[in-house]
Amino acid sequence: MNFDLLLQLVVNGIIVGTLYGVVAMCFVLIYKSTRVVNFAQGEFLLIGAWTCWWLLVKFELPFWFGFPLTLAFMVIFGIALQTIVLRPMIGEPIISVIMVTIGLSIFFQALMGLLFGHETKVYPQVFETSSIDVLGMQVQSAYVLSMAISISIMIAFYYFFKYSRMGLAMRATAFDQQVAQSLGISVKSVFAASWAISAVVSALAGIVIGLVNGVSSALSFFGIKVFPVVILGGLDSIVGSVVGGLIIGILENVAEFVDSQWLHIGNLYVIAPFYGLVIILMIKPYGLFGTKDIERI
Amino acid sequence: MSLGSSMRPCGDFRTSYASDTTIFATPVTRYLVIALIIGLLFVPLIGNPYLLNLMIQIGYYGIAALGLNLVVGFTGQISLGHSAFFGFGAFASAWLNNSLGVPVFFAIPLAGCLTMLVGLLVGIPAGRIKGLYLAIATLASQFIFEDFFARADWFTGGSSGAMAEYLTVFGFSFDTDQTYFYIVLFYVVLMFTFTSNLIRSRDGRALVAVRDHYLSAEIMGINLTWYRIMSFGLSALYAGIGGALFGHYLGFVSTEGFTIILSIQFLAMIIIGGLGSIYGTLLGTIFMVLLPELMEWGVHLTSGVFPDIVQSLAYIKEMAIGLAIILFLIFEPEGLAHSWKRIKAYWKLYPFSY
Repeated sequence: MNFDLLLQLVVNGIIVGTLYGVVAMCFVLIYKSTRVVNFAQGEFLLIGAWTCWWLLVKFELPFWFGFPLTLAFMVIFGIALQTIVLRPMIGEPIISVIMVTIGLSIFFQALMGLLFGHETKVYPQVFETSSIDVLGMQVQSAYVLSMAISISIMIAFYYFFKYSRMGLAMRATAFDQQVAQSLGISVKSVFAASWAISAVVSALAGIVIGLVNGVSSALSFFGIKVFPVVILGGLDSIVGSVVGGLIIGILENVAEFVDSQWLHIGNLYVIAPFYGLVIILMIKPYGLFGTKDIERI
Repeated sequence: MSLGSSMRPCGDFRTSYASDTTIFATPVTRYLVIALIIGLLFVPLIGNPYLLNLMIQIGYYGIAALGLNLVVGFTGQISLGHSAFFGFGAFASAWLNNSLGVPVFFAIPLAGCLTMLVGLLVGIPAGRIKGLYLAIATLASQFIFEDFFARADWFTGGSSGAMAEYLTVFGFSFDTDQTYFYIVLFYVVLMFTFTSNLIRSRDGRALVAVRDHYLSAEIMGINLTWYRIMSFGLSALYAGIGGALFGHYLGFVSTEGFTIILSIQFLAMIIIGGLGSIYGTLLGTIFMVLLPELMEWGVHLTSGVFPDIVQSLAYIKEMAIGLAIILFLIFEPEGLAHSWKRIKAYWKLYPFSY
């Protein structure tokens, strides 16, 4: 047993897990308010990260200016996507909606490959010190930043849904679209807003990951990793997505540890969440916090 | 409600159940299809290798896509892991031939049956969950299978892949495009005929009932769990046979080809062709096989203007696939089969459209 390694991996898991949690929150936000399963969530990260990289490297903008510009672009992107592609799909069967987001995912992934190539590109140096000493462990400052950003996003989400007018409108729409509409909530703008928020927050996560690991098409795999997370947490639960993110993040790293110490199978890091996913679906398909579908005849 | 009856123009009546369940709507259609198959028999004698290669691709992908249409279009279950079955069939056939010495002739249908068993296993969650949750479960199975292919050296040859012998019957080897075309054609005709008849049977109607309203179906005495799992098994059977044909055509099966992208391509085939339409599946497959070729042709045409465009061909092909899916879902959600019906109805009633 190597406790130092285990501890390091668990800390890693928590950091990655909060990021999963953030991406899963964006996913849940879209699912909750518009009932669309967004297979293109990972591409939001990718587009955000590449746009920011492009602004920073090609135009040599300072980070404090390029970063908000990227977020502004993502707002427009999210709204445009909802209006042009997703709005015609309202009322279509699940398979069509799933396929449209899968189509978007392939399209944008290939587009990003076409524009930026398939090599990993690094961001220009944003922080002065590359690592900080936390509890006797060397942690990259970008990781600390990512933790801080993730947690503040989570708190922001909490207050947004609890107190803001838009957040309450979203919850009302998620509860019942017709009732919400009859109370004077514009369901159209709620849909657009949820896509915009989701795109912005995903882009934020994408940039944070890009700062640590560099930008490459591997970022879009976060969009796939989000599925074990949301299934574990419950598809329509924001709290669930945070908890699920942490559990899956830790599970991955512990699987990696078990594998490297005893099993020597290899690749468990990638595949363990999917085994977990199947098991959860068999035992508790609505996850830890999800609402159970009750069907009336 | 099947698409066919809702799109039937006025004046086209059915007066008995027997006439309502025929495979071909009119005798003319039947003769045309038979004539088409006989015509295809002569293609290897005159066609060039490029055309033959495309047609063989359409053949094996078409069989696999038909299986997917059975589970998605007819039973209403969503499967995002079809390429895993396709790959499993390819490896199973090569493995049966290489390790157990089963002749390729028998290995292809046997591989289909083995894949069916795997499909039944993967289908077990389908007995419990449906819709979105099932889609995600099949997505997980896709990744688990990809991992398995890369890992199971005894079965797939690991990273070096598996060699697949050419099909040989009584010393005659089907090792050229010209000869292999007949094998693929045989399986295409067999599987499509089988499906057409399956859909007309009690089991086929049960599958459609599960899709249309599963609660009513259950009340009418249809065993939901069994039919859901069976539809997965059947779809895996088709994918396995398609995969085996693919393996013995290329002579080599690599572990890297059966990714989620291929699964999505299969889904694109049936959505573009038309969910719940048998000949639509073939139309969709033709579209999806020709689309990359069309892109390649377009890229080479414009390479004089944009010299860099050739390097990004792979990306352009993927973008075309994504765009095709999105555009079809927005503008023609019922697929090419629906377009074809509309064209037919238009000419049938011309010049009076009612």
